[in-house]
Amino acid sequence: MTNSWTDIKNTDLVIVMGGNAAEAHPCGFKWVTEAKAHRGAKLIVVDPRFTRTAAVSDYYAPIRPGSDIVFLMAMIRWMIENDKVQWDYVKNYTNAAYIVKDEFGWSDGLFTGYDEEKRDYDKSSWDYVIGPDGFAEVDMTLQHPRCVWNLLKEHVSRYTPELVEQVCGTPRDRFLHIAEMIGECSSPTKTMTSMYALGWTQHSKGSQNIRGMAMLQLILGNIGVRGGGMNALRGHSNIQGLTDIGLMSNLIPGYLAIPSEKEVDFTTYMSSRGNKPLRPGQTSYWQNYPKFMVSFMKAMWGDSATADNDWAYDYLPKLDVANYDILRMFEMMNNGQVNLYFCQGFNPLLSFPNRAKVTAALSKLKMLVVMDPLETETAHFWQNHGIHNPVDSAAIQTEVLELPSSCFAEDEGALVNSGRWLQWHWAAGAPPGEAMHDTWIMAQIFLKVRELYRTEGGAYADPILNLSWDYADENEPTPAELAMELNGRALEDVYDPKDPTKLIVAKGKQLLNFSQVQGDGSTMSACWIYGGCWNEDGNNMARRDNNDPDETGAFSNWAFSWPLNRRILYNRASADLHGKPWDPSRKLLEWNGEKWTGYDVPDISPTAKPEEVMPFIMNGEGVSRLFSRGLMRDGPFPTHMEPFESPIANVFNAELRGNPVARVFKDDFEQFGTSEEFPIVATSYRLTEHFHFWTKHNKINASLQPEFFVEISEQLAAERGIKKGGWVRVWSKRGAVYAKALVTKRLKPMQCGDQLVHVIGVPLHWGFMGAARKGWGPNSMTPFVGDANVETPEFKAFLVNIEPSTGEAVS
Amino acid sequence: MTTDPNLDSPRTAVSNPPVQPMPANLGAGDVVRASAMPDLPAPERQLTKVAKLIDVSKCIGCKACQSACAEWNDTTPPIEHNVGVYENPSDLGPEMFTLMRFAEYENPETGNFEWLIRKDGCMHCEDPGCLKACPAPGAIVQYSNGIVDFIHENCIGCGYCISGCPFDIPRVSKVDHKSYKCTLCSDRVAVGQGPACAKACPTQAIVFGTKEDMITHANARVEDLKSRGYENAGIYDPAGVGGTHVFYVLQHADQPNLYSNLPEDPKISGVVQGWKGPTKTVGLAAIGLAAVGTLLHGLLGRANRVSAEDEVLAEELVETEQAQPQPREDV
Repeated sequence: MTNSWTDIKNTDLVIVMGGNAAEAHPCGFKWVTEAKAHRGAKLIVVDPRFTRTAAVSDYYAPIRPGSDIVFLMAMIRWMIENDKVQWDYVKNYTNAAYIVKDEFGWSDGLFTGYDEEKRDYDKSSWDYVIGPDGFAEVDMTLQHPRCVWNLLKEHVSRYTPELVEQVCGTPRDRFLHIAEMIGECSSPTKTMTSMYALGWTQHSKGSQNIRGMAMLQLILGNIGVRGGGMNALRGHSNIQGLTDIGLMSNLIPGYLAIPSEKEVDFTTYMSSRGNKPLRPGQTSYWQNYPKFMVSFMKAMWGDSATADNDWAYDYLPKLDVANYDILRMFEMMNNGQVNLYFCQGFNPLLSFPNRAKVTAALSKLKMLVVMDPLETETAHFWQNHGIHNPVDSAAIQTEVLELPSSCFAEDEGALVNSGRWLQWHWAAGAPPGEAMHDTWIMAQIFLKVRELYRTEGGAYADPILNLSWDYADENEPTPAELAMELNGRALEDVYDPKDPTKLIVAKGKQLLNFSQVQGDGSTMSACWIYGGCWNEDGNNMARRDNNDPDETGAFSNWAFSWPLNRRILYNRASADLHGKPWDPSRKLLEWNGEKWTGYDVPDISPTAKPEEVMPFIMNGEGVSRLFSRGLMRDGPFPTHMEPFESPIANVFNAELRGNPVARVFKDDFEQFGTSEEFPIVATSYRLTEHFHFWTKHNKINASLQPEFFVEISEQLAAERGIKKGGWVRVWSKRGAVYAKALVTKRLKPMQCGDQLVHVIGVPLHWGFMGAARKGWGPNSMTPFVGDANVETPEFKAFLVNIEPSTGEAVS
Repeated sequence: MTTDPNLDSPRTAVSNPPVQPMPANLGAGDVVRASAMPDLPAPERQLTKVAKLIDVSKCIGCKACQSACAEWNDTTPPIEHNVGVYENPSDLGPEMFTLMRFAEYENPETGNFEWLIRKDGCMHCEDPGCLKACPAPGAIVQYSNGIVDFIHENCIGCGYCISGCPFDIPRVSKVDHKSYKCTLCSDRVAVGQGPACAKACPTQAIVFGTKEDMITHANARVEDLKSRGYENAGIYDPAGVGGTHVFYVLQHADQPNLYSNLPEDPKISGVVQGWKGPTKTVGLAAIGLAAVGTLLHGLLGRANRVSAEDEVLAEELVETEQAQPQPREDV
């Protein structure tokens, strides 16, 4: 989230698209009800299904799964056509004025530079014209035909309300009504907030869905302001923490990058990460990258990381491909290239696409270790459960170890919520039976592995032998020790570079925050963005002061919000070019002539002069990007792409299948179905009665939603002779499930041009373990393909067929 | 239990319970009516009337109320089958005192589809039909704050309370043959806490306080709904049962039947009224005093008696009214 849960109460308009906040985030959704009750805010829901969020909305419109970009680009077009643009914001705080290279263009659904062989773009034309002074050229009048604004106007000109009706199946009048509601928020004194979740991410162009809305929000001037923002609703209580800590193969903590094998030394690695300002006087905060990186290396390897050995750069693993994401790992597993899979807090047998492939892949492992508080389906993938898991156990040679771990309520530590708040919590009880804390288990494994390297040696033992392991009890680092390490401390006395007599922080002391992080090895910090979470003031994550002066929704002394306890990102943009709040009644920051003051920690140097330093300090431009240059693999603007399995050909180019640069493994390409064989669109979703695959182990939750079902329209039920509450068989090219039919008016066939598209909903909470009735999930049917940028699997739009069935026993 | 007058609506923080333990403040002395006990002495004091307000327009149907209800009352709702609807369990039961009912409605006036989700359960009538129908002395009581409670030690499992209830709420357990329904968490209210469902409700669609405060809050909600185009928004606090201590805010108060057949003008069945009218002394000889529980111990002067006619009438009621439940449009 750019903003916070509590800030949602400040909004005038909530749009839930690509999510189902009331259903999947009921506790956070209370802030929507606050905004409705106390500000008269309106709620719009755009979703293929009439959801529980739609049930409390002011306006609802249906949309065909996977067509969101058309809707969003058409929305931008409508805003431009009807002059619903926050002009001062767009001109000054976005790259609308930047001049783009002449070579850049778009035709037939593709941007310039497409290479069909490689399924990739040469992105060299997707950039600004750089002037002789080394800065990007701009035209603040927005008259230049090659400025971003004019290119955007041209790009969105194709997305008419008629195209929306034809591609999205959203009735034109519904689309226009929503446009009117959103258009009101181009006023500097009205804001809209976007709440989204997996309904946008789980597409092969998920990142572009989100960019589409982010661009709309920028055009309305809704980023950096109270009641605005792009608010990703995270699906686990600590999934924000997972990304912050960099639990991905291509990241290290604080959104730093794992090097590629081409970056042979530290200097080469840093050479592409300087991020010099693209306009005069801009901050370009990533210029501090070396400080964050060196302090991370010092946290990892302590005294073994020195200036002389490139801060132990050689100890870091190097990527030989872009990313060892989970899709690639399971592909490799299925090809027999993985021996041991260590599965911690993850249930891929139910949560990963193409279950048949997942089963086949797990069956090829030598060993599977599952660390989990619950008995997961993954840990029992080898066990025959009749039609619910019809494996030949004798043919599976994988050795499976289950390591029971503690549950969140048995742990102490911080969870990072969607709004970037690190909230400390305390253990409510001890883990049952043989269950142990994850940290204890991980410590035991590390200590044993290190012992083996010590006694037996091995290829390149240094990273293991020299790993910093400085804990009071080496068998179990405490949450406090780990949190203090994430914050960072001084390893030497640190002096002010401008005044060498002034001591900033003494050796051994916790760093105040990341402003004290050094690039000379005198500090360590395992995750720079968490700097300030546990400083000399103590554990700031444990703060529980719910005072909120002037009821701004900031709650600044409750827990700790990264970065620097800042509650709203880009908050400098809440004030105009001269530093006056756009909306005095929703003031966040103000320039008092000398510095920035207000309710939040400024997202800019406190003394940066308003007309000189622009608000988006993480970008070299100092402004936000309507045109994303070469930073995304599938284009600098979002362009419509159909799902890989779609009943409709891409209107711009019938030859294109899915996202033309999404990575697809060869065998998976052959497992995509066509609409001739599978005419019905399916979309997966979650139910409020359950949390993923956990709560089916709980009897009360199981009673509230006992059994797997699919949602289908009355029209489809009539067409196929399906009875309410009767059994159906649903199958895709990759697998079949049996389910109860929930026939409802909440799903309706969508008229897309001359084609009638049926959509069914497939919830995901059932498996073959736990208290609820045995069932399946959508992943028995979903395709093995992910987003082009971040590889999130395409769970939200795939093709199936459906028929009545006499019962699940029929197979 | 009262809300801060400075707030325009009850908030989560306000409904947080006192942190200090307090003695139960709801006892035998607060009973104003008890089943089959017409000569109950007047209560020692009058408690402030309380109410639970269910704002259907704010309800997201998450079933946190159902879950909290089962947790607090330590019941075990059955793990049933999916029968093609969102209601689970499929009906109220002796192990499930409250149930979200989901109704699908195509609004002919606006052309909009609406999903009307109503939390069903005991309405705690000011004039409780269950209590009037109950032949077991002291099995059903009403406190001066308005809560209607079942005293299970005194319950004989006859099911007359079901026929007496205009909302079809109580359910008799096949295990212990006692009748069960929502207690409005009388045990929580007694120690200064709100009902478990209100505590768990994430959107504050369920709020609890004095009836007066709840009416004020409900009126503000109705005004908000009218500003959003729900011209017929209103309060459902039916006069036919003297008003209720659980009441609703409805978007379409003119058509309560849209909400999974919420009765338009609920009244206690005429048969029950006549049968258990104030002039007639009733009792059940077969039961006697053996089942009388501790709550009302000492309050009872004599055994009530029931005539053979009463018994036949009551049985007919159970047979005819309960054997054929009304078909529901949305199932």
